[in-house]
Amino acid sequence: MNLHEYQARALLKAAGIPMFEGDVASTPTEAEAIARRIGGTVVIKAQVHAGGRGKAGGVKLARNPAEAMDEAAQILGMTIKGLTVHKVLVVPAAEIATESYVGLIMDREAQCPVFMVSAAGGVDIEEVAARTPEKIVRLPVDPTYGLFPHHALRLAFVLYRDFTQVKAAARIMEQLYAAFVNNGASLAEINPLVTTPDARVLALDAKIVIDDNELFWRPDLGVLRDDSAEEPSEAAARRANLSFIKLDGNVGCVVNGAGLAMATMDLVKYYGGEPANFLDIGGSSSPEKVINALKIITADPHVKAILFNIFGGITRTDDVANGIVAATRQFKVDVPIVIRLTGTNEVEALRILEGVGMRALSDMDQAVEQVVQLARNAA
Amino acid sequence: MSAFVDRNTRLLVQGITGREGSFHSRQMLEYGTAVVAGVTPGKGGQTFEGTVPVFNTVDEAVRATGANVSVIYVPPMAAAAAIVEAADAGLPLVVCITEGIPVMHMSRTMPFVRSRGVRLIGPNCPGLIAPGPRAKVGIIPGNICSPGRVGVVSRSGTLTYEVVNHLTRAGIGQSTCVGIGGDPIIGTNFIDCLRAFQDDADTAAIVMIGEIGGTDEQHAAAFVKEQITKPVVGFIAGQTAPKGRRMGHAGAIISGSSGTAEEKLAAFEVAGIGIMRRPADVVGLLRSRM
Repeated sequence: MNLHEYQARALLKAAGIPMFEGDVASTPTEAEAIARRIGGTVVIKAQVHAGGRGKAGGVKLARNPAEAMDEAAQILGMTIKGLTVHKVLVVPAAEIATESYVGLIMDREAQCPVFMVSAAGGVDIEEVAARTPEKIVRLPVDPTYGLFPHHALRLAFVLYRDFTQVKAAARIMEQLYAAFVNNGASLAEINPLVTTPDARVLALDAKIVIDDNELFWRPDLGVLRDDSAEEPSEAAARRANLSFIKLDGNVGCVVNGAGLAMATMDLVKYYGGEPANFLDIGGSSSPEKVINALKIITADPHVKAILFNIFGGITRTDDVANGIVAATRQFKVDVPIVIRLTGTNEVEALRILEGVGMRALSDMDQAVEQVVQLARNAA
Repeated sequence: MSAFVDRNTRLLVQGITGREGSFHSRQMLEYGTAVVAGVTPGKGGQTFEGTVPVFNTVDEAVRATGANVSVIYVPPMAAAAAIVEAADAGLPLVVCITEGIPVMHMSRTMPFVRSRGVRLIGPNCPGLIAPGPRAKVGIIPGNICSPGRVGVVSRSGTLTYEVVNHLTRAGIGQSTCVGIGGDPIIGTNFIDCLRAFQDDADTAAIVMIGEIGGTDEQHAAAFVKEQITKPVVGFIAGQTAPKGRRMGHAGAIISGSSGTAEEKLAAFEVAGIGIMRRPADVVGLLRSRM
């Protein structure tokens, strides 16, 4: 789960990390009030889960409260990469002496949190990583012990020479690690970590991604989720316990299992079609899941044909068949449906489908070829 | 002999009285697996299906029954603790089926598992099955498998079934099928399985089914080039997946330029691994190489 910058700032601030003051606004008037409180020139930043906010016009300077109000009015409600801006962050346009990068990520190869720090911060860190990887220092943390003080110091010495600043940065490393662990993060990033002309060390921008698996037992983190920041169909799918990602094609896909769902999308493409989505109904099936899946897929006007690809293991294919029948009774599905199912309880599933005049195939290639053809005919 | 499990496998089920655990324990028993013990704290003294004794702790179960493999079906928040308990009891092989374990739990668990010399398969995996000795540990449907000489290793569940089903229908049997799991942190990776298949006299060829995200397949391809003398064919799911999006499996996310299907397929190519463009290709590719 991605957090907004203002939410990430709040978590880091709670961990004690020094930051410029700033606040979040939902209206131009609120933005004006915050700008007045801060005083001087401020930056107004759109709060959306999309990169390239600046280029899209979502980050603006304002020299006084009146300008802050105007700029906030421009940014609030604008669309960046399909997402509407509902909130802006207002922060001072601080004078900066140096910019560095501090990131902490759960690394799959190291199997532990790994710090990445670089004195070359502020700019696109991914580009630094690609072009001059030697400028990024990596340090794995053994979660059994946590971040050792001497490791925190070592990281801080990568960034600064002045020992007062080194000590300040080492403390920030420890605070960032604590925030990472305590909030079940898979990524926590300060970019940039800055020094001011009067030699203070502060975090300017923050990014946190929470491990979705933590949310089950951390309702306090779950409330940070911003439904309006998601594609509406994806938010609806999540509430229905479906793993769904909207794509640009016209072949709707309902599949059990993430690997098979990806392989199904690939096969649609292989036969010359374009998948409209990734959708995994998960292991334990229920007719309700299938009904919800069909609702979400048929809501997309681009979908011209729908494919069910179900390999029953834990998933019972008769549950899926019952779901398909119930869904088509509840609401009209205007596009053709191709069903492929095989595995657990398939004889029963075929009987259920035949009962309402539907057929199912047992071969995945055959089903995909057919659905691609149907989508093409309808397009 | 086969890799990981065989006729000598004596299986213990952690979470045997739960909804998932009881359902799959019955399936494993029906398949012919020697399920010798179950563990559910507080239910010690009960008997599962009239034949399998249930214990309060893993340690007690191991001492009473001589179990040598554990499979875990406990809920996500208790699963990492269950792995630690199994490792602490000295079981050499632990298979964790549970999906949804926080990654930090696994990060804290792995150093302990390694310190005890335990092989962990999973979590978030379908487990493994050896059709010859009829040893099924996990949830892979037994009826789609058949005995033979192909070792299958995969990051996914149902996609594995799809590929195994193609093999069985074409008359190509399997020595062992292993699902290593789709999470970012897993106990056993492709290389571990490739090594086991290379050393297993009953395995003559290998199928590896990977997906987007991470670099495990790339490392595995390099390992194949250097160490594996048996024919290998491979598939990568997610060739059409968009970048930066999590495709169901927490591991299946492409970040930046790393973990793409193109990158992985290129590594396969270099290693001489036969590339399946679609699951059905497995039959023809294997026939041409075995």
